[in-house]
Amino acid sequence: MSEAKTYPAPVTNPETAPFWEAAKAGKFMIKRCTACGEAHYFPRSICPFCFSDQTVWEESSGEGTIYTYSLMRKSATGPYAIGYVTLKEGPSLQTNFVDCDLSSLKIGQKVKVVFKPTAGAPLPFFTPV
Amino acid sequence: MTIKGKAYIAGIYEHPTRHAPDKSTAQLHAEVAKGAIEDAGLSNADVDGYFCAGDAPGGLWPMVDYLGLKVRHMDSTETGGCSYLIHLGHAAEAIAAGKCSIALITLAGKPRTGAMPPRAAGAEADFEAAYGATTHNAYGMCAMRHMHDYGTTSEQLAWIKVAASHHAQYNPHAMLKDVVTVEDVLNSPMISDPLHRMDCCVVSDGGGALIVTTEEIAKSLKKPLVRLIGHGEAMKGPRGGKDLDLTYSAGVWSGPRAFEEAGVTPKDIKYASIYDSFTITVLMQLEDLGFCRKGEGGKFVADGNLISGVGKLPFNTDGGGLCSNHPVNRGGMTKILEAVRQLRGEAHPKVQVPNCDLAIAHGTGGLLGVRHAASTCILERV
Repeated sequence: MSEAKTYPAPVTNPETAPFWEAAKAGKFMIKRCTACGEAHYFPRSICPFCFSDQTVWEESSGEGTIYTYSLMRKSATGPYAIGYVTLKEGPSLQTNFVDCDLSSLKIGQKVKVVFKPTAGAPLPFFTPV
Repeated sequence: MTIKGKAYIAGIYEHPTRHAPDKSTAQLHAEVAKGAIEDAGLSNADVDGYFCAGDAPGGLWPMVDYLGLKVRHMDSTETGGCSYLIHLGHAAEAIAAGKCSIALITLAGKPRTGAMPPRAAGAEADFEAAYGATTHNAYGMCAMRHMHDYGTTSEQLAWIKVAASHHAQYNPHAMLKDVVTVEDVLNSPMISDPLHRMDCCVVSDGGGALIVTTEEIAKSLKKPLVRLIGHGEAMKGPRGGKDLDLTYSAGVWSGPRAFEEAGVTPKDIKYASIYDSFTITVLMQLEDLGFCRKGEGGKFVADGNLISGVGKLPFNTDGGGLCSNHPVNRGGMTKILEAVRQLRGEAHPKVQVPNCDLAIAHGTGGLLGVRHAASTCILERV
């Protein structure tokens, strides 16, 4: 199971450090542009839609639905399910689905964020609700 | 300004090897360069432009030195498997602008002999690398959503492999020469849902090269005249996660640009080289290029429609990446090579398309389910 896995610690950089600091407190952050109103993920300092630099951090609900997934049947660390989640706030993001029966995943299924520890900041994953 | 008809492919070479533990990667580049230069009837001293991508050891300038070239135009555009399709378009631009007159493009490598070096991380690394996106599951995610949105089936995807295997039986160099059935594909082990082992291409060593030149020089040489009349390139990624749609590729942009420049439509195409890293890659690209409507790729590829002499759109008559080879895990070069063979009338007689005077070579690079580039080349026999 994925619980036994060890994950690489995020390297982080000045642009994304606030995301990882918030993750240590259990908060899942996205960025929103105050010029065009669009939210995006992963976080950038310049809005990828309107190129405004007026982007601000916002705590996401951490809730969303499975857009798609694929169950990798074999790997050096065992089976795992990669996929995309579309957050309630709009942006879709790449993740792994954890703490569940990987063979029962469905497109459209409701999921929520769950953090897993690393040697540094914790990493966000998603699990069915 | 257009590149239409400005550049001719005068030399081609595909390395016959599929496993080369006894050769260096630079050596393979040199061998395919030599093959293409000799196919054109030229010498290495004639080459004044050079194009290579991330598979060239050390990159552009070590390769130019190793090959002993003296060039006045260089380009190391790196877009994964479609790099060489983009190189062909860029070579035509350079030739049209007078920046070079005889361009060499090479691809070679040995992923079957040993692991490939990891690609450099982008700004997304901390937010994606831990999730283990590989080719298999990134394309699996596309197939899963395509099936969800359009009802595409594993049986329909299997027909793509079946067609490739029908062609590969005539290619003496193909890694997989056995003709397979839809049932064979469905009964092969599941690798990453919903893709089976036979939905995946082979891993092979090898390489290929092209010589691209002016009309004047091409007409002074002995090979049948094949020229580039349309080219397009594009890039697609999650782009901040807005309106994610993994059921189409950047081919929806590169394809129309190429067709518009060429002044032809998908209906005019006699032969199609379509990158086939996985069966789903072919299906999505056929839709994106306009050979059928979005969502109807499953019906289009079924029942042998891609088999030469049987269906309406003969594709990958060398057996493609699914059966013949996939040097350096990059499909763009071999797509051009087989398209040129078809236009020259040099394909195997069992798969040669009669009077083949218009062909498309199209591919993607990167991961279709994450971020990727696409490039489309329309080629014409004069």
